[in-house]
Amino acid sequence: MFRYAIRRLLFAIPTLLVISFIIFALLDLAPSDPTAQLPLTIPEEVREMIKLSLGLGEPFHIRYLRWLEQFLVNEPLNLIEQFWGIEIGNSEDRLRVRSWSTRAPVVDLIAARLPQTLSVVGVSYIVAILIAVPIGVISAYKQYSIFDQVGTFISMIGFSVPTFFTGTVMIVIFSVVLGWLPSIYDTTLEVRDYDSFVAQFKQMIMPVMVLGLFNAAQLSRFMRSSMLDNLNQEYVRTARSKGMGEPVVILIHVLRNSMIPVVTVIALGLPTTFAGAIITEQIFRINGVGQLLIGAIEGADIPTVQTVTFIFAVLIVVFNLIADLLYGMLDPRIRYD
Amino acid sequence: MTADTMNVPGNAPGNAPGNAPSPRSDTTPLMRVENLKMHFPIHAGIFRRQVGTIKAVDGITFDIKRGETLGLVGESGCGKSTAGRVMLRLYDATEGKILLDGVDIAPFKGERLRKMRPRMQMVFQDPHASLNPRMTVGSIIAEPLDEHGLLKGAEREERVEELLDAVGLNPAFANRYPHEFSGGQRQRIGIARAFALNPEFIVCDEPIAALDVSIQAQVVNLLEDLQARFGLTYLFISHDLSMVRHIADRVAVMYLGKIVELASRQDLYATPKHPYTQALLSAVPIPNPAVEATREHIVLKGDLPSPANPPAGCNFCTRCPIATDLCRVEDPEWREIEPGRHVACHYVE
Repeated sequence: MFRYAIRRLLFAIPTLLVISFIIFALLDLAPSDPTAQLPLTIPEEVREMIKLSLGLGEPFHIRYLRWLEQFLVNEPLNLIEQFWGIEIGNSEDRLRVRSWSTRAPVVDLIAARLPQTLSVVGVSYIVAILIAVPIGVISAYKQYSIFDQVGTFISMIGFSVPTFFTGTVMIVIFSVVLGWLPSIYDTTLEVRDYDSFVAQFKQMIMPVMVLGLFNAAQLSRFMRSSMLDNLNQEYVRTARSKGMGEPVVILIHVLRNSMIPVVTVIALGLPTTFAGAIITEQIFRINGVGQLLIGAIEGADIPTVQTVTFIFAVLIVVFNLIADLLYGMLDPRIRYD
Repeated sequence: MTADTMNVPGNAPGNAPGNAPSPRSDTTPLMRVENLKMHFPIHAGIFRRQVGTIKAVDGITFDIKRGETLGLVGESGCGKSTAGRVMLRLYDATEGKILLDGVDIAPFKGERLRKMRPRMQMVFQDPHASLNPRMTVGSIIAEPLDEHGLLKGAEREERVEELLDAVGLNPAFANRYPHEFSGGQRQRIGIARAFALNPEFIVCDEPIAALDVSIQAQVVNLLEDLQARFGLTYLFISHDLSMVRHIADRVAVMYLGKIVELASRQDLYATPKHPYTQALLSAVPIPNPAVEATREHIVLKGDLPSPANPPAGCNFCTRCPIATDLCRVEDPEWREIEPGRHVACHYVE
């Protein structure tokens, strides 16, 4: 398994290089001007100088390689330095990927926004799993029952109605009409005492539920069909004939086997947690990674877009590997040697 | 085989209370079914209303004596496996009685049913599907011992090794997973699992159908061997007539959910009475080219009717070579024509 993981990681290098090139090239080819949002009074020569100072005077391949160096060498070195509080080489002169609009290093921007994304989107993912697994199990166990029919209906709705609709509807109901929950997520809120905890809890409810129900709809369908596959297997009959109680048959025999594909789906869905639910973050005004990306796209802040997108690509490749390794651990029939 | 240390059912160290041997009178059959029916509902349409029933088992009556092997034969889809499963209460019978040692277990439910499970076990047809792929062989075999609180710790490990040894597998295999074994080995694991609880009655549901011919003989010999040692009672379900002839003491022939003939092996194979049995036996080739070339085959015409819509009267009337108007109206009675010989046909003397 270890050797397999190493081999997969080695294979990931060319994949990521190709992805980085495509991301960089696509955004570079896009006709966007970093000075477009500056006041019109700035003369053309100054604009040219601004562009030169941003490094746009260099040819494409130099810019690509510099970006790659900054992203793959300088930033990791920087992270290591910060983490262990040591200094490697000349860290003052090391170039970092900087945002064109804020002039701050992109990685610092992401680091500042990651907690919001993780707390809202991450919690919503956990909520989704906690909702989806029991519903999927019960729906499959009582196939075609009222519970199953209602569950199927609701998950079809959850599946097909986009979050910008459910989010807005929830804001209308709970913030505007009932006035129970705040419609804007306050990032500056610090949890210090009971009251601030309640406030944090209240502002998290809506975004977490909107995203959680959307993901739960999808996951519960996977869970249900995986359970159904396994419930009809002969080994389930074997377990019953052994005289195992129904909870043991369902939870030990069937569920453990059914979780194999579902765990993979969950692992593959985790990178989207980091990507943040771009739309949901917009609706509830959460200062997360998704909003950073949207803002950067609108402001033609190319380095930020490139870096955030590339980090997503890395996460997707890594979680693909994790999903495969999990599969190998959960299913004894699969061994990577 | 070095399994002489294996415990004889009935005096095993860890016999569960529910597994205690009841007072054995040799006159009560170990297993008796009376007018057993298993109907499956058919759902269709938008609202999945019940539109009919599949009469998989439609009123069968027979008994199995202690220590004997009853062969149950019939073509695919005639309800053999369903009969075996419903007898073990893997399904809830629609109607009829299942008497294990004189006690009707058909209405048993929940805990009471679970406690009774160790007394009867099944060897399943497909050795690839019937073992949980995520459990080691050792835990598959040991699980019921845990569940029924029979053996613990080192004793349990010992018992697992003993069982593996008894079925001719290396006891060191206990930590491996089922997929690491061949079909024949997996069927041995299935047999060891069925034997773990010292059952009295075992349903072998086509245990050799999924195996290579060379392995079939090994598995059947193993089953016979274990039966001789521990005085087990088998219901041996198969469509392999020659294998049934080899292993069974008595043979029941099933057609479309009903038993059409039941007789001792010698009688059934020598003088089949029911026209279906005659046709079935005539389909078995005789390994002598001279005889085979001149032998008269009874070839049945038509297809097996649907068990959802069986014909009126005798189930076999649509394909029977000697059917008359009476057969199309009246269902023949299950009668004993000679001692120990039952047939369901109007025209058998």
